[in-house]
Amino acid sequence: MSIHPDYTGKYEFKWSDLPPMKLSGLEALVVTPDSNFINVGERTNVAGSRKFLRLINEGNFDEALSIARDQVEGGAQIIDINMDDGLINGKEAMVKFLNLIAAEPDIARVPVMIDSSKWEIIEAGLQCVQGKCVVNSISLKEGEEEFIRQAKKIKQYGAAVVVMAFDEEGQADTYEKRIQMCERSYRILVDQVKFPPQDIIFDPNVFPVATGMDEHRKNALDFFKATRWIRENLPGAHVSGGISNVSFSFRGNNSVREAMHSAFLYHAIKEGLDMGIVNPTMLEVYDDIPKDLLEHVEDVLLDRREDATERLLEFAETVTGSVKAKKVDLEWRKNNLQERITHSLVKGITDFIEQDVEEARLLVNKPIEVIEGHLMIGMNVVGDLFGSGKMFLPQVVKSARVMKKAVAHLLPYIEAEKEEGQTNGKVLLATVKGDVHDIGKNIVGVVLGCNNYEIIDLGVMVPADKILDEAKKQKVDIIGLSGLITPSLDEMVHVAQEMEKMDMNIPLLIGGATTSKVHTAVKIDQNYTKGQTVHVLDASRSVTVVGSLLSEDRDNFNAKIKEEYEKVRVNYAKKKDFKKFLSLEEARKNKYKIDWKQEDIAVPNFTGTKVFTDYSLQELRDYIDWTPFFYTWELKKKYPDILKDTKLGAEATQLFHDAQTMLNKIIEEKWLEARAVVGIWPANSVNDDDIEIETPDGKHTQFGMRQQLQKVASAKNECLADFVAPKESGFQDYVGGFVVTAGVGIEKKLAEFESDHDDYNAIMLKALADRLAEAFAERMHERVRQEFWGYEKEKLSNDDLIKEKYRGIRPAPGYPANPDHTEKTGLFKILNATELTGVTLTESLAMMPASSVSGWYFAHPESHYFGVGKIKMDQVESLAKRKGISTDEMKRWLTPNLEE
Amino acid sequence: MADIKEILKDRILVLDGAMGTMIQRYKLTEEDFRKGWFEDHPSSLQGNNDLLVLTRPEIIREIHEAYLEAGADILETNTFSGTSIAQADYGLEKAVYDINFHGAKIAKEACEKYNELTPDKPRFVAGSIGPTNATLSISPDVNDPGYRAITFEKLTEAYKEQVKGLIEGGSDILLVETVFDTLNAKSALFAINEVQEELGTNLPVMVSGTITDASGRTLSGQTAEAFLISVQHADLLSIGLNCALGANALRPYLQVLKKKAPFFVSAHPNAGLPNEMGEYDETPEMMADQIKTFLDEGLVNIVGGCCGTTPDHIKAMVELVENQTQYKKVS
Repeated sequence: MSIHPDYTGKYEFKWSDLPPMKLSGLEALVVTPDSNFINVGERTNVAGSRKFLRLINEGNFDEALSIARDQVEGGAQIIDINMDDGLINGKEAMVKFLNLIAAEPDIARVPVMIDSSKWEIIEAGLQCVQGKCVVNSISLKEGEEEFIRQAKKIKQYGAAVVVMAFDEEGQADTYEKRIQMCERSYRILVDQVKFPPQDIIFDPNVFPVATGMDEHRKNALDFFKATRWIRENLPGAHVSGGISNVSFSFRGNNSVREAMHSAFLYHAIKEGLDMGIVNPTMLEVYDDIPKDLLEHVEDVLLDRREDATERLLEFAETVTGSVKAKKVDLEWRKNNLQERITHSLVKGITDFIEQDVEEARLLVNKPIEVIEGHLMIGMNVVGDLFGSGKMFLPQVVKSARVMKKAVAHLLPYIEAEKEEGQTNGKVLLATVKGDVHDIGKNIVGVVLGCNNYEIIDLGVMVPADKILDEAKKQKVDIIGLSGLITPSLDEMVHVAQEMEKMDMNIPLLIGGATTSKVHTAVKIDQNYTKGQTVHVLDASRSVTVVGSLLSEDRDNFNAKIKEEYEKVRVNYAKKKDFKKFLSLEEARKNKYKIDWKQEDIAVPNFTGTKVFTDYSLQELRDYIDWTPFFYTWELKKKYPDILKDTKLGAEATQLFHDAQTMLNKIIEEKWLEARAVVGIWPANSVNDDDIEIETPDGKHTQFGMRQQLQKVASAKNECLADFVAPKESGFQDYVGGFVVTAGVGIEKKLAEFESDHDDYNAIMLKALADRLAEAFAERMHERVRQEFWGYEKEKLSNDDLIKEKYRGIRPAPGYPANPDHTEKTGLFKILNATELTGVTLTESLAMMPASSVSGWYFAHPESHYFGVGKIKMDQVESLAKRKGISTDEMKRWLTPNLEE
Repeated sequence: MADIKEILKDRILVLDGAMGTMIQRYKLTEEDFRKGWFEDHPSSLQGNNDLLVLTRPEIIREIHEAYLEAGADILETNTFSGTSIAQADYGLEKAVYDINFHGAKIAKEACEKYNELTPDKPRFVAGSIGPTNATLSISPDVNDPGYRAITFEKLTEAYKEQVKGLIEGGSDILLVETVFDTLNAKSALFAINEVQEELGTNLPVMVSGTITDASGRTLSGQTAEAFLISVQHADLLSIGLNCALGANALRPYLQVLKKKAPFFVSAHPNAGLPNEMGEYDETPEMMADQIKTFLDEGLVNIVGGCCGTTPDHIKAMVELVENQTQYKKVS
């Protein structure tokens, strides 16, 4: 049984050789014969919804969006958007609304229908949607040429199209006109424009029934018949319509309207209608329509009786209109406060967040606790969901907006608590060049802002020079860099290098998804030595980190970070497989290259050795670096700050006093004797790693170790020999050596203390002897620089000495720059050190007395301390060969350095 | 020129690997990016890799040849950022046509050299069209979700300029790749359509998206299927995925594309996910192992490499594809 006389039964899809119509929002919508009926939400239409019109007119897009959201939640599979109103700038409103929808994943998941009678609005809309949408509508109204032009464009933009049964003469209002215009349109689209037939949707005009006018009696019936004809005869094409038009005469009587819509759909769908613009809340379930009402309605729709209209109008009087209650699931509002806040953040719902945050604010002591507590807990859930793929970026952006709104509510309260006009510091934030991600950065900004820091946010894609210019101009206290993509890691390194070049020393914060503690420690921290770099795991940590970096106690914090990062680096280096090491040959190729110039080579005032016995301890006293002294006693803080430290101060002062007392005695009563021997000789580097020294007794070779760990592109694989002019350079260079001791005579005094079981004074004496030996090494180095080698003209302060702000180095054999202890033997030999100072080497090459220091002097301005780190077996073999000892023996000495 | 569509019916083609990774090996300096073209340019140009097709063409040529030597069938031009939008960062909007023209020309010359050696294995140049750093579907301002930093029309204009250069420089294919915002890709496709009409050409077009996170969505939030549907109006040679995730993670999404797409399917993943240091450490063998599962399942028609891959990776894929083909012939 079909309404159309030419066909029988329910419409069966017959074009399965054609692909189905496929549409998309964030998700796919495939219209198959099984989809039955696609309902298109009609309420985001200024012509169809007075409320929507009002909201758009008022510019209240937030609430307008919630209408769209309600529709999708209510089951709309596509949403129709129409901004055609005389008082609205339709193009602007369409673009704005579509752009806003794009940021609302729970709306954007469905395709949109761009609905306008103006082509310019349609085209503007097409330029805003990433998915495959539907244009509603085009027609032959303005002739074939315009129709073809528009259809071609729509095809080029990749959209489906609704075609109205409308031509140059007007709108089709009979069955014949409907099918004639649809067929004509179809042939043009398919044959001339090559429009995919499955992407064509006809709207054969739903007109009102029961208007009292005779020519309207067949409006519904003709629509049903036309629908059937189109589906049977135009391959692949779909049929849609604006359903609520049909009940126009019954405005105000929703019971009748709802029944009429349902009955209309029931019949139209049977004839092949497969899409329709409907208000899902204005639909009664067909089977639930009271039988008598249904009969009256169907009489009208199907034009079954002469008096159908009058009968329905009469009957309608007896049916009271009642609007169905709006159903929004607010179950979650019954949950506890934290759950509600988390729900709002996860779902991106702004409607209740202020009210919930206010409730939370009244529960806590300080408004900031709501941010650090309630909101952070919620954001962590968001972070976890994102990390596990259960949320995706646009949703996270929405969460960030809810967060922002919550914070905005709290801000006045936080401001009120702040001290007048004072901030804790200025923090500059930027997403680095090449990266557009800024959610995390914004959250950090908000959180810090709430903690009374002044935030200077430079936004995204910020080049290094701009970051640094602004930092200087605004005199910021901290720079924070953010990035999400991997190339941002390199850009952060670049920024760090630029900061180093510009002699900046403010802390640098690193954050963002791809950043890591390892990368920060290995790649960034090392490139920025003047200030502390800290990786901040998430926004919630930023407050404590920034607080610590700017606090009184920052040195302690920095020291901890430094230590931690060093460990990270060591572990990282350990983890690296062997490929990350260079062969000794390759490492030599990447040696530290000095551009040798005569003026950089200091010609010494004397060569040979000089001996000092009974050196003035009084003189050395001023050269003592006291910080390590306190470290010996497990009081780990810098001198002299430690004396005033609240926790350690009292103990440290007592200790310092005792030390001074003993030191006076050491000097006055000559408990200890200081002796030294220093030498300076002509020398040149040979075979990359070794130094050939010309002593009066002949040639001596000092053998060097070279770094083999593969470095970042610009870093070198260094060896001490790199700081001495190579023989082939033609320059005569020099090196020096020394052995100093302040421990001669210490055994006697130690024995006295020990026999008294006076551990305190025994340790004190050893500690002071060690300090004096170090002081002696420092003083001797100074005299070498100023007198014996004589290249240093000005006198440096003790502080500068400790900070090693002088030219030249004095690395010790067995220490990081050359971990090979066996080199001590050679040094002692050419200095004749044991005979001249009484310092001997034990079997394991330790010096006796222990309070002794030995080492080499290098004077080139570019010479500097470094650690050799791990080496490979090839270097061990090479060293053994060069030194003429067995590989086994060499390996035994270098095991701690060997990477196997 | 051989018809790539016909060849793809017979065998799997191999796309080349990373350009950036190879360029890094040369340890270039600022001067390399200026040489002969931009000597007096006021701002720093280092890192603007696309410029090298002009300033150090011999390096780009050498990298192209390394990939051809490894057995690649399709070379991507070094023009990923060759739009006025991307070049605006460096103030080099004016260089766009030259970059694309010469980028295509260098790749074409390299292909022709190898085609002469083995004419039975034709090589193709795919003009690489990147996503630019602008997004049409996402606001760069979190507080103003309706804001857009660029319009469709402006982006389309920029793409047209790039496409024109690529075609006139001798590209055989156009490759819209690393699509993270489908609307940007639609703009590129729109531009390609217009330019091809203008120039009377009909080069095949490849589209390759990128899925950036564990949700299986593009950055702009689309599922793989929605992404396919959104670009399906263009008559594509292939649809595929590249970059972001490693080969393993791409598999479920390639399955979707294979099942739903009326086109050939391509995949050019990264050499794994970047490690903590932002380096890619999947070896050629590891990657080939995973690509093999694609081949075994018949998921892809074009394979290749993105970030972190090298001629060694491509060589491993070529060997894999050759074995597969032989196997097919025998069975």
